[in-house]
Amino acid sequence: MYKLFLRSLISVLFLLGFSLNANAEFKVGFVYVGPTGDHGWTYQHHEGRNAVEALGIKTTYVESVPEGADAERVIRQLAQSGHDLIFTTSFGYMDPTNKVAKDFPNVKFEHATGYKREHSNVSTYSARFYEGRTLLGHMAGKMTKTNTIGYIASFPIPEVIRGINAMTLAAQKVNPDIKTKIVWVFTWYDPGKESEAAQALIDQGADIIMQHTDSTAPVQVAEKAGVWSFGQASDMQRFAPKSILTSIIDDWAPYYVERAIAARDGTWKQQDTWHGLKEGMVAMAPYNSAMGSNLVKEVEQLQKDLASGKVHSFTGPIYDQKGNILVAEGAVADDGMLAGMNVYVKGVEGDIPQ
Amino acid sequence: MIKVEKRNDVSRSIYFLTPVLAIFLTLFGGGIIFFILGFNPIEALKFFFITPISDLYGLSELLVKATPLCLIAIGLSFCFKSNNWNIGAEGQLIFGGIVGGGVALIFYNHDGFYVLPIIILSGAIGGMLFAMIPAILKTYFNTNEILVSLMLVYVAKLLLDYLVVGPWSNPEGFNFPETRQFSESARMPILFDGLRIHAGIFITLITVFLSWIILYKTYLGFQIKVSGLSLKTAKYAGFKGKTMIIIVFMISGACAGLAGVGEITGPIGQLHRNISPDYGFTAIIVAFLGRLNPIGIIFASLIVALTYLGAETAQIFLQVPKYTGQVFQGMILFFLLGSDYLLFFKIKFLGLKKNEL
Repeated sequence: MYKLFLRSLISVLFLLGFSLNANAEFKVGFVYVGPTGDHGWTYQHHEGRNAVEALGIKTTYVESVPEGADAERVIRQLAQSGHDLIFTTSFGYMDPTNKVAKDFPNVKFEHATGYKREHSNVSTYSARFYEGRTLLGHMAGKMTKTNTIGYIASFPIPEVIRGINAMTLAAQKVNPDIKTKIVWVFTWYDPGKESEAAQALIDQGADIIMQHTDSTAPVQVAEKAGVWSFGQASDMQRFAPKSILTSIIDDWAPYYVERAIAARDGTWKQQDTWHGLKEGMVAMAPYNSAMGSNLVKEVEQLQKDLASGKVHSFTGPIYDQKGNILVAEGAVADDGMLAGMNVYVKGVEGDIPQ
Repeated sequence: MIKVEKRNDVSRSIYFLTPVLAIFLTLFGGGIIFFILGFNPIEALKFFFITPISDLYGLSELLVKATPLCLIAIGLSFCFKSNNWNIGAEGQLIFGGIVGGGVALIFYNHDGFYVLPIIILSGAIGGMLFAMIPAILKTYFNTNEILVSLMLVYVAKLLLDYLVVGPWSNPEGFNFPETRQFSESARMPILFDGLRIHAGIFITLITVFLSWIILYKTYLGFQIKVSGLSLKTAKYAGFKGKTMIIIVFMISGACAGLAGVGEITGPIGQLHRNISPDYGFTAIIVAFLGRLNPIGIIFASLIVALTYLGAETAQIFLQVPKYTGQVFQGMILFFLLGSDYLLFFKIKFLGLKKNEL
């Protein structure tokens, strides 16, 4: 009897020690929607994770987690297995993240690109990708010969529409005859569909291709067809060295490092972050010298002005497709309007799928 | 000179033991793969197959994952047993989800005990009607049901895309491709607080029981069995082939539709583009691993569900690539088909005769 008691006591202490030990180490978890090798969206989040790991903080990731019923289990498992801060890096994880956050008040959650912060331990973050689109529009307006820009769009959500509009407005500023043609592919990552869309746009006369999807397929098609293109999410220069003028880079590393340190030191607070060129969450890959040194200089200046706030991507007058005024002359669109943007500006062809 | 001969006497017990053998071979093969990838094979297998179900939450998750697989596979067993190759269960699942989800949206903010049963029933009918398309085309126009059912998967997927992006998208959801969250009365009751296991499991168990009765105790079951063994015999016996084909597709589609509606009213709670991580295709493996037998399918669905959970756990704890889960599913099927071949056929090694040289 005594022996049994002693044995169970030891095992309880052992378990306790084990669990305390597990709690003692600060760990950060990441949930990815795609494979780490997509060279786009997930790849960049993975780079952010590497930056956190470089600080000596232990991290864990789970890749290719479907945005359906499985997401909740993965997030919960990370929370249960002693992760103190969890980044869920796709819109579709919004409800699962909030559900799990409710049951783990001591774990901090960071959800990318969503809008729900139902519990005090959930923050949201996203980047002002549209500032990068403004730079792309400027280059596209100057470089196009056919005055037609081909744009491969994923889903008709405000983020994507904002990018289309920012690009079109900037292109119109340097080239009033510009037309933006759009193909909706309804996917974030499908190299087959993306290349078909790129080819269709080129066949319709577009000599500039850009995309709000994650694979390298569009730039590769553009390279083959001999038209200009832009990389998305990561520097895709090596996939289309001749064709790419620059890439919009999502640089999550500084944010992940900052939030991981805050969570470790106990200074983490709920917030809604929307960072852009200024903070470096949106960065530009080196500009292709093929566009001429004058244009490179112009774009570099515009990049500085956007970062300093001297120039805003959405400065009035801005008109919708029917010619109604959206933003008055001299005014700039506020974040509320940007967050809910669901109309095209003048110069974009076609309708938003509804 | 190698000669392959058909065996005439295959023992029944060995027939049901080969799936177990296939699983052991898979574990062994998996261990070798982990070893090559640089992991301790015993530890990796432990994280893969034991850790995920070592607590109540894990067990509940296993059942949540196995429920749709089991339902679909049971339905498929009716088709496969009678030599009807329904490859489109994924589409029937999605279509069932669409119909059930549509009804759930109609009943948005509407209380009443009758709401959930109506949704479930409409989901089953949706899947059933969708499965009747390849069945009718096969019986009356002699089309290939494999192609038709497979292509209809894309039709269902695109229809779902269209609905959640457009007319059914959440009016307060900033155009994100998803519907509203269904109201409480449209959700499967949760069986235990804090776990996700829901009443859908009872639907599955009832379906398994009914299938067993139909397959083994009714005239229809007898017809299905005979048609599977020999179409000529079935014809000679005077069975109405066309009616039976349509009925097995209807059963199969209804089961897939139930699985779809169980997912959206259970763990998901809304319609969006990813209501199924290809359950309809994985269920084909489950059906064959379970020997097209209701009890076998229950076990098979649990094992295949475990490969999903295991892949997640192994990545969390050891950073094993997540795709090993699919490798495991592939290996199970490979070893099962391989041992089946050796079970039904004898391979004879004969010496070379002089005149063949």
